[in-house]
Amino acid sequence: MRTRLPVAAAAAGLVLLAGCGGTPSGTDARAPGTPEQRTLTVFAAASLTESFGEIEKQFETDNPGVDVVPSYGGSSDLAQQIVNGAPADVFASASDATMTTVTDAGLADGAPAVFATNVLVIATAAGNPKGITSFADLAKPDLKVVVCAPQVPCGAAARKVETATGVDIKPVSEETDVKNVLGKVTTGNADAGLVYVTDVASAGSAVEGVTFPEAAKATTAYPIAVIRNAPQAELARSFVSAVTGEQGQKVLQAAGFGTP
Amino acid sequence: MSTTPGEAPARRRPDDHETGVGVPRLLWVPAGLAFALIALPVLGLALKADWPRLPEQLVSAAALDALRLSLLTASISTVLCIVFGGPLAVVLARGRLRGLRLLRSVVLLPLVLPPVVGGLALLYLLGRTGLVGRGLDVAFGVTIPFTTAAVVLAQTFVALPFLVVSLEGALRTAGRRYEAVAATLGASPALAFRRVTVPLVLPGLASGAVLAFARCLGEFGATVAFAGSLQGTTQTLPLLVYQLRETDVEAAVALSLLLVVVAVAVIAVAAPRTTADGRL
Amino acid sequence: MTGLDARVVVRRPAFTLDVTLAADPGEVLAVLGPNGSGKSTLLGVLAGLLRPDEGHVRVGDELVTDAAARVLVPPHRRGVGLLAQQALLFPHLSAVGNVAFGPRAHGVPRREAEQRARELLAAVGVAELADRRPARMSGGQQQRVALARALAPDPHLLLLDEPLAALDVDATPAMRSLLRQMLRGERFDRPKQTAVLVTHSALDALVLADRVVVLTGGRVVEQGPAREVLARPRSPFTARIAGLDLVPGTACPEGLRTADGVVVTGRSGDGAALPTPGEPVVAVFPPSAVAVFAERPHGSPRNVVPVRLAAIEPRGDMVRLRAAALPGGPHWVDGLAADVTPAAVADLAVEPGAELWFAVKAAEVAIHAAD
Repeated sequence: MRTRLPVAAAAAGLVLLAGCGGTPSGTDARAPGTPEQRTLTVFAAASLTESFGEIEKQFETDNPGVDVVPSYGGSSDLAQQIVNGAPADVFASASDATMTTVTDAGLADGAPAVFATNVLVIATAAGNPKGITSFADLAKPDLKVVVCAPQVPCGAAARKVETATGVDIKPVSEETDVKNVLGKVTTGNADAGLVYVTDVASAGSAVEGVTFPEAAKATTAYPIAVIRNAPQAELARSFVSAVTGEQGQKVLQAAGFGTP
Repeated sequence: MSTTPGEAPARRRPDDHETGVGVPRLLWVPAGLAFALIALPVLGLALKADWPRLPEQLVSAAALDALRLSLLTASISTVLCIVFGGPLAVVLARGRLRGLRLLRSVVLLPLVLPPVVGGLALLYLLGRTGLVGRGLDVAFGVTIPFTTAAVVLAQTFVALPFLVVSLEGALRTAGRRYEAVAATLGASPALAFRRVTVPLVLPGLASGAVLAFARCLGEFGATVAFAGSLQGTTQTLPLLVYQLRETDVEAAVALSLLLVVVAVAVIAVAAPRTTADGRL
Repeated sequence: MTGLDARVVVRRPAFTLDVTLAADPGEVLAVLGPNGSGKSTLLGVLAGLLRPDEGHVRVGDELVTDAAARVLVPPHRRGVGLLAQQALLFPHLSAVGNVAFGPRAHGVPRREAEQRARELLAAVGVAELADRRPARMSGGQQQRVALARALAPDPHLLLLDEPLAALDVDATPAMRSLLRQMLRGERFDRPKQTAVLVTHSALDALVLADRVVVLTGGRVVEQGPAREVLARPRSPFTARIAGLDLVPGTACPEGLRTADGVVVTGRSGDGAALPTPGEPVVAVFPPSAVAVFAERPHGSPRNVVPVRLAAIEPRGDMVRLRAAALPGGPHWVDGLAADVTPAAVADLAVEPGAELWFAVKAAEVAIHAAD
C-alpha cells in the first residue's frame, strides 16, 4: 500500500501534463457556427519536409479550424513508431519497404497510394571540381565517395544501380541516412555522394547535382496511407487527396519529385 | 606491544549484527523507480530478442567486424586517454597556474555536449577542409575522416573527461601529504611521483580507464558525424545496431544485447574497486 | 659544528613568526606553544616546505635556507626527516618497503636497504610486521614503523610533529619510551639524533627533550633546560601545559601582589630569599594543592579567592575544576585549576557557572622571578 500513493501521484502528474498540451476548449472564444478545432497528425519522410510544409499550409487555409501537426523523420523510424502505437493519422513514406512494415501490421486503412517518385543523383561540391560526369566515374580510385548504408532506402537504391550497371563503387563511408551523405559532401570531406535529386534541390548552392541515366533503374516510390482507426480519418483522407491532387503534385514537382 | 591479529583494524564488512542507521523509507520509492527505469528497458530488449536465431545473428561477418573494430578502437582510445589524460589530470590537480578553473571547464565540455556536436567540431577542425585537416591534406596527403583513426579520435574526445575527472579526484583525495613525506625521506619530486603518487592513485586511474573504455564502446554520435560508417573500417557496434534497426530489428536487438553483455562485463571488472574505496 | 641553527621570520596577514633556535648535535629541542603560535609554520620552514621572509636555517654544517642569499635547498636534499602525528605510511608498500624507501631514494641497493630496514624494524619492536601492509597494523604499530622509516636515511635533523598525539592512551607510554631510546641511540647503533619536537605535552617534553622553547604569538617567550622551564613556568601557557597554576604579579614581603592588589602568600621557588619587593614574579602551585569550598572558608592561613566554575574535566581518578573570573572579580583567576576527588565534587553539588572559593596553603605556593 505504501508504494501506491507516489505512483498514483506520478500518474496524476502525467495526466495533468498531457492535459496541458491540448487546447483548453473552455477558453476558446469562437463564434457559433465556425467549424470545430481539429488536429491532424501527419508522419512524413524527412525528404518531404519542404514540400509537405507548403501543402500543409494550403490545406489549413482550405480547411478552417484544422491544425496539421507534421512529424518528419527517417521512414523506418516513423514506421516503427506507428507500429508501436504512435497516434498518426497519415503516413507518407520514402519507400515501399517501410510502408510494408505498416501494412503488414494491419495498420493501413486501404491500399497505400504512390504520390511521388525520387531518383538518385550524384552530389558534388559546387562547380563539380573533380569533373564527375557519369555513374562509372564514381568507381575511380582517387575519389572519396560516400553513399547510404544498404539498409536505408537511398543505399538500397544505390546498390541496385551498381548491380544493374556493374560499376563497383568503393565508398569511404556508408552513412546512416541521406542527410549525412549530403553533409559529408557539403563540408568538402567527400568528393561525391549518391543522394536524391530532391536533396540537391534543397541544399542550395553548396552542392551541384550530376544526373545519370542509370538512375531510372532505381526509382524510389513514395507511398501514402491513412492509418487504421485514425482519430481524424475523414480529414486524413482529404489530406491524402490534397497530396495526390493537382495542387499537391505541383508543389512536389517543384521540389524535384517525379510523378508516379 | 602485542601484535595479535585482533589489534589490526579489521577490514570493514557488512555484518548481520549491525543495525546501523536505516535508509528513510520514503527514498525506497523513487530509488526503485530509478532502478526500474534502467533495468526494465534492458529486460525488454532481452524479451524482444529472437533467442534461437541469436547465435547466427551474432556471428555474421558485419557483426564480427563491428565487434572487433569496437574492441580495438575502444582499447586504443583508452590507452590514449591514459597517456594524455593522465598528465592532464595531474596538471589540473597539482598545477598552480592561473586560469586552471577555466581549463577544467573546457576539459569537461565533452561530458555535456551532445556527441554529435563533438563530431561536427572534430570535422571542422580535422576534416579535409577543416582548420588543421586542410594542412594535413596539402602537406602530407593525409585525410582523417572515414578512417579508423577518426573513430579513435572521436572516442578519445568523448571519453577523456571520464578519465581526467576520475583521476583528478583520486589525486586530490590522496593529497600532497604522502609526497611531502617522500621528500623528507630524500625522494626527488620525480621519484616521489613515480613511487608514491602513481601507486596511490592507481585504483582511481583504473576505474577512470574502465569508465573511458565503456564510454568509447558506446560512442555513436561523434563517430557518425566525424568518421562515417564502413564495415571493417569505421562501423563500430553501435553504428551497426543503428543501421540494422532499419531492416532487421531482431539482428539489431541481438547486437544490442551483445553490447549490454560487454558493458556489464566492463562494469563488473571495475565494480570491486568502486565499492571498496567508495569512489569511482 | 652545530646541530641546528635557525632564525625564521614568516609574515602572514594576521601573524608574524619570528624565532631563533639552536640545538647542539644530538640535542633534542622541544617547541611548546598554544595552537596558532607558529609551530607548524616553523616546522615547514625547517623542512624546506615553506620559504621564510627573513632568516636562515643551518643543519649540521650546511646552510639549507637563507632568505637574503636566496638559498632554498629543496626538502629532499636537506637531510631533514619528519615524523608527524599521523604515521602516513605509504599504503601500497609493506613495512619493509616503507622503511627502505629513504635509503633506496639515496641510492642504497635494494638488498642492503631492506636488510637495514629489517634491523630498524626489529629495533622499534615490530620485526614480525616486516612484510605487512599498513592497513593491517594498529595505530601504535604504524607509528613505530613510521619512526623506523624517518630514521632510516640517517637525517641530520629529525622533526617530530606531535608524534604521540594521535595514539591510543595505552600505546603512548611505550612509544614515548621507544622514541627516547631511539633518539638517544640507546637502542640501536646510531649516534644521538638532533631533533626538534613539537608537542602539547609537558611529559613528552620532559622525557624526550633536553631543552624547551615556548612559543606564543609567533615569539619565543621562554626557553631553557626542559626540567627548569617546566618546573618553574613563567608564562600562563607553560604553566597550563605543565599542569601547574600560575599567578603573575610583583614581589612583596608576603610573596606576591597581583596587579589588582590581592596578596598571594608563598615561599621562594628555589629555596633562596624572596625577590626584592617590586620585582616581577610569578606564584606557582599544583592544582592538587587547591581546596574548593562552596562558602568562604574561615580561620586557616590560606590564600582564598572567589571564582566562577567554568568547566569540570575528568582527569584520571581526580576531577579538575577550571576557574573563570567572576564579574568584577580578579582576572588572574581565569584558567586556574583545582584537582579534587569525585566525591568532593558530589558534595559540592555544583555545575559550571556556580560561584566557588579556591583556597591554597602558603606552603604550597612557589614564588619565581619572572624576567
